[in-house]
Amino acid sequence: MATIIELDHISKQYGPDILGVDDISLNVEDGEFVTLLGPSGCGKSTLLRMIGGFEEPTGGCIRLAGEDVTFSPPYRRAVNMVFQDYALFPHMTVGDNVAYGLKLMGCSPREIDTRVFDALHLVGLYDKLKLYPHQLSGGQRQRIALARAIVRRPKVLLLDEPLSALDAKLREQMQTELKQLQEKVGITFIMVTHDQTEALVMSDRIVVMEKGRIAQEGTPQQLYDHPASRYVANFIGTTTFLPGVTESISDGTTRIAIGGGALDAVADIALPVGEAVTIGLRPEKVRLLEEGEASTNTLSGKICEVIYYGLGLRLGIELAGGARLYADKLLPDTLSRSHVPPLGQPVRLAVQPHNVFVFPGEVEA
Amino acid sequence: MTANPYQASRYAADAAFMTFIAAVMAFLYVPIWVLIAFSFNSSRSLSWPPTGFTLDWYAKLATNDGLHAAIRNSFYVATGATILTLLIGVPAALAIHKFDFPGKTLFRRLILLPITLPGIVTGISMLNVSKLINVPLSLETVIAGHATALIGVVVTQVYARLQRLPGSLDEAALDLGAGPWRSFFDITLPNIRSAIISAGLLSFVLSFDEIPVTYFLTGRDNTLPMYIYSTLRRGITPEINAVGTIIVLISFVLICISVMGTKERDQK
Repeated sequence: MATIIELDHISKQYGPDILGVDDISLNVEDGEFVTLLGPSGCGKSTLLRMIGGFEEPTGGCIRLAGEDVTFSPPYRRAVNMVFQDYALFPHMTVGDNVAYGLKLMGCSPREIDTRVFDALHLVGLYDKLKLYPHQLSGGQRQRIALARAIVRRPKVLLLDEPLSALDAKLREQMQTELKQLQEKVGITFIMVTHDQTEALVMSDRIVVMEKGRIAQEGTPQQLYDHPASRYVANFIGTTTFLPGVTESISDGTTRIAIGGGALDAVADIALPVGEAVTIGLRPEKVRLLEEGEASTNTLSGKICEVIYYGLGLRLGIELAGGARLYADKLLPDTLSRSHVPPLGQPVRLAVQPHNVFVFPGEVEA
Repeated sequence: MTANPYQASRYAADAAFMTFIAAVMAFLYVPIWVLIAFSFNSSRSLSWPPTGFTLDWYAKLATNDGLHAAIRNSFYVATGATILTLLIGVPAALAIHKFDFPGKTLFRRLILLPITLPGIVTGISMLNVSKLINVPLSLETVIAGHATALIGVVVTQVYARLQRLPGSLDEAALDLGAGPWRSFFDITLPNIRSAIISAGLLSFVLSFDEIPVTYFLTGRDNTLPMYIYSTLRRGITPEINAVGTIIVLISFVLICISVMGTKERDQK
């Protein structure tokens, strides 16, 4: 696969001390679906706008298919954008909106007609050709914005929080739809979002950003299973953090003492014995043991909170040392009172060593 | 009918509300209806009830050369002032909206200031200037005088519309391959057109019936309000009422045109 976008030490400085984007280097491959994920103010939108040409970096270089486009205006780049508010032209029909970019390319009326037809068919809204944007629903507007952007067959399509204006149900549906569309047209997608589910569902690769820098990049699974920092573990999925101290280390396995017990962990980092660390545990990876069931790598505590969330129960468990963690328990077909453990009941938990995240430093308040 | 204990008080509230609305409407429009009625009254005296129907006053208007000249002058001034204010005001609004430049806030305030200045002050100061640079007073100096005050109207209205236009529209046009000028004419202009038209109409009307500035800056030519004002010294005549009626009619037509214009655009 060829590299389509090269970000080479890109920085964006707003004031003497304000760095929007801090020395980011990133390559995007042709046909890839890359997501820039992070909370607001982490620089992800600025980075996207610099790729689109709406802002100029204060340092570094952007190459599109090998060509330096760092300071080219948006209308001279083979890149198109789906805006957060869709930015459909209110005074033009759906058809004219989609055709606009083609007219400016100098396509013949015949070609414009065919390509508008194809693009609208792709998003399933050809019958809306003659309507105005204000006559469409939010989801339809979103699809028209998509059609308008891909009709020019850009090398890269930029999506700025494309689903944030939709309601939850539609958002979920559009996630898969957008992913399928990307596979169908084969265009490179770079999406910005603060929604981790969106990122996990749609992306080939996720770039997690923190304060203008890349916190971690990798496939959704890599990020989920091996978060490189507390920040990433907290941002992607749910993680409870517990204080621990390294007890012993033997070939790749680190034993860590946690309030009244100890767990084995496959640590990615080398730590000295006796070091204060933070343990990260995902509720769905913590298994509640049946009475008398034997297992390795266990902790014990008592139930102090029960949360019902449809799919199952999330149990708050207080360990002997006072620390609290969460464990998920899927429910059988029918929920009866006997499946809900009473508060205060002692329980034992088991975790696979590779599901115990170890981060250096003490737990932050 | 089912008994509803709240029904009676609801009727009372509705009645009170309707009365209030009617009172407001009467306050606004009764004087105009009186004007129109008297313009068709056969008696010269302004007393109720009217004595009979006549079109004499309108016939008299048709032969009044002084009045015709005044109407022509008023149209000339209002048209000139409107064009001049739009030519200056629209680009000024765009500049304030689009660019950041030192002193932008000050510029915004200063351009709006002349609206709040009393017409007399504008009139006297413009008169001073025209004496200073030796420009003879004429309808053109009136146009310049009106424009200073009206630019504020145009800038406010167009700028307000621009502020409501999402910035992403312009960016989307650039993204789809339009240069900045193309984007302006294809996207920005059509979306602020109705604001420009309504600001233009408002400027036209304000200029059309303006007296204080005109009083100071006109040469020997009279505009319509000045003409009416001067004839009023001989008392209100049914003739003046007829002129008033015609102005009401023209305003009504202009309003209809502007409403239909914006409506058509919305449906399109």
